[in-house]
Amino acid sequence: MNWSLILQWSFLIALVTAGIRLAVPVVLAVLGEIITERSGVLNLGLEGVMIMGSVAGFLTAYYLENGPMASAGGEWSAWLALLAGMLSGVAMGLIMAVLSVTLRADQVISGVTLVVLGHGLAAYFYRQAFSSLTARVSGMEALPIPLLSRIPVVGEILFNHDPTVYITALMVVAVWFLLFRTTWGLRIRSVGENPAAAETSGVNVGLVRYSATLLGTALAGLGGAVLTVVQLRLFREGITAGRGWIAVALVIFARWRPGLALVGALLFGLADALQYRIQALSQVERGVGAIPYEFLLMLPYIMTILALLYRSGRADAPAALGRPYVKGAD
Amino acid sequence: MRGIVKRFPGVVANAGVDFDLLPGEIHALLGENGAGKTTLMNVLYGLYEPDAGEIWLYGKRVSFASPRDAIASGLGMVHQHFMLIPPFTVAENIILGQRSPREPLLEDRSSVYERLLALSERYGLAIQPDAEVWTLSVGEQQRVEILKALYRGAEVLILDEPTAVLTPQEVEELLAILHRLVDEGKSIIFISHKLDEVLAASDRITVLRDGKVVDTVDASATNKKALARMMVGREVVLRVSKKPANPREPRLIVRELRANSDRGLPALRGVSFEVRAGEIFGIAGVAGNGQSELEEVIAGLRRATAGQVIICDKDTTNCSPREVGQAGLAHIPSDRYRRGLLKDFSVADNLVLQRVSSPPFTVHGVLRRDVIRQEAQRLVREFDVRTPSVDTPAGKLSGGNAQKMILARELARNPRVLLAAQPTRGLDVSAIEYVHRRLIEQRDAGLAILLISTELEEILTLSDRIGVMYEGEIVGVVDAREANINEIGLMMTGSKRQGDDVKEGAA
Repeated sequence: MNWSLILQWSFLIALVTAGIRLAVPVVLAVLGEIITERSGVLNLGLEGVMIMGSVAGFLTAYYLENGPMASAGGEWSAWLALLAGMLSGVAMGLIMAVLSVTLRADQVISGVTLVVLGHGLAAYFYRQAFSSLTARVSGMEALPIPLLSRIPVVGEILFNHDPTVYITALMVVAVWFLLFRTTWGLRIRSVGENPAAAETSGVNVGLVRYSATLLGTALAGLGGAVLTVVQLRLFREGITAGRGWIAVALVIFARWRPGLALVGALLFGLADALQYRIQALSQVERGVGAIPYEFLLMLPYIMTILALLYRSGRADAPAALGRPYVKGAD
Repeated sequence: MRGIVKRFPGVVANAGVDFDLLPGEIHALLGENGAGKTTLMNVLYGLYEPDAGEIWLYGKRVSFASPRDAIASGLGMVHQHFMLIPPFTVAENIILGQRSPREPLLEDRSSVYERLLALSERYGLAIQPDAEVWTLSVGEQQRVEILKALYRGAEVLILDEPTAVLTPQEVEELLAILHRLVDEGKSIIFISHKLDEVLAASDRITVLRDGKVVDTVDASATNKKALARMMVGREVVLRVSKKPANPREPRLIVRELRANSDRGLPALRGVSFEVRAGEIFGIAGVAGNGQSELEEVIAGLRRATAGQVIICDKDTTNCSPREVGQAGLAHIPSDRYRRGLLKDFSVADNLVLQRVSSPPFTVHGVLRRDVIRQEAQRLVREFDVRTPSVDTPAGKLSGGNAQKMILARELARNPRVLLAAQPTRGLDVSAIEYVHRRLIEQRDAGLAILLISTELEEILTLSDRIGVMYEGEIVGVVDAREANINEIGLMMTGSKRQGDDVKEGAA
């Protein structure tokens, strides 16, 4: 394998550009989970929510492009598919909220249930729709930002992406603003720290937790849809490949802060992009010294574990995280 | 409030309670634990829905579905466990749940600060709006709670056991604040089970017992003894009498002890003292100044980073709880339900917990249930533990009976040293009386007792010598006979150390 290839400029630029793109679904899911967890609900079901988003998004895009309304849907099909991904996320979130907020079920179990349910449903819907596995959608065109995209290197890396990348960047700021500059954000954080105190201050704990859970899963569903509709343009069973779990872990790495979530997800995205490229290079020079691709596939996950280790032992979690709120019980 | 009834599964917490509050008065609600004081106020504040009864406010019948409704009608409640969000600032805590003038955005900080400072000026409640709540002292946090209620336009303030967590100085400050609030036209309901404060603070007193009103009296027309009788339903010895101590050899020696808290910060910074046979050594201090760490290190539940613990001439520093017990230490833990007993185990099993694996309770590796039950029945009788049977799960006992059971178990081990941490926390007057009597009895029988308590009254009643703890150090040791409550109070808040300008060598 020729390592010098990796150190070329063009290679690095392509790597970082792809890393940013690959980070997008994870960033969205982490942002969503931050909102949810800040309200005290630990949604471990993110992986199930994302895969539902990815299948709902993909099927919507496919039917808008190939169904009877193909001509009407046209250029809007990808956007509508992303919306469908969000809505399927909300549906999954509703299950989570009913279980963990209304019924006060154990949140770890509710979350794991959601993962199993998501995988099963997604596979079911996809198989109902297609007998063969070759369906593809057309995705979204890149949208270079005028002027900015022409800056050497930086322009290529930052301003020559499809619209979901820009939206995700704005979302990081929006979630921060929501949490720390609005009354709703203050309520979300108060409910996650001390729901009894929040309630005596006049906050409706159940309502806030519902809204935070649904908003969180909407973002995760959107992340899943971006993956299949915009990036891979196809669907496979298990296509989210643990990104939902990675997102749950990155919330801890990010210490429940949107800005750090971006950093964590970018690390994951870069590692993912790198492993794709090394795999491709190894393919070319198959033979002695080639790294088995299974090891390369592990790279982003190992990165995440290392990042978590670096952060471990810090107590920044919302104090009431994972604890159902029972009115009147101290 | 008329004819309020509130039932919980298995108990009637309020059985037809009448209560009225006049404008501009401080009305105390007095009663033992479980008498229904807090339930009544939670009904008034909309946290519970009453099963029967009516609430009238300014001549109008009202019913509150949630605290939000109660707040809107001018009620404010300061809970026993503060309802504050520790990582939030004072200002954030106060505006939480309020509409902002520029919804959905948060209100501009400076305008919130301005209004807060105006309020705090008017009522004499000094606070810093941008301080994060977890950095504040308990007294300051309480002021934030009061301010929070006032900010929401409260005309009626409900204070649930407001003095339980305060130092004597802070209690005085609080009473001054309350009188100022009344002067400004507010009305106050003051919930307490402490007779002195109720008499000092209030205009009228309503006594509750077993969910019913015993009587409502003018504070000026009653006294401590009469109130205690109404509260308990019989004559009570308020202050257990004791003979002078007859201390002998040191049994527990603590030398330059250091340890860290759960958060890894130094909690004990070189603590030294000794406890002699036949005396009670009391550790006074505001909660969180290293008392629980001290308790845990001595009991073998936390590692000491430096220093020594010696029990009956044996070095037990960093020994296991079992070894510490074998050296002669008995332990009444401050956290009764977490460390003191196994809730799901029967009273009998709890009573022989440490001795169960040796004869006569276990012979050739087989439990002797009959022997265990016999021993349990003997202890239950001797210590007056009220339980349906020795097979009842310990978690079903009331606080007082659970504590009697723990006391029985620990004393049955024939200890040389007794470590009693918060031995009467949460107990009612009659159970407190019982525990106090037993401790003095054991002292007279020659036991060395280390008493750790945040109830200054208890420390003063029981101890022969008093060590005051502040920020992980013993800042002074005084003889209980010469103890001055103000001086101890000042030491507890760190504003004074022994020898600052007082006589030396009180110990």
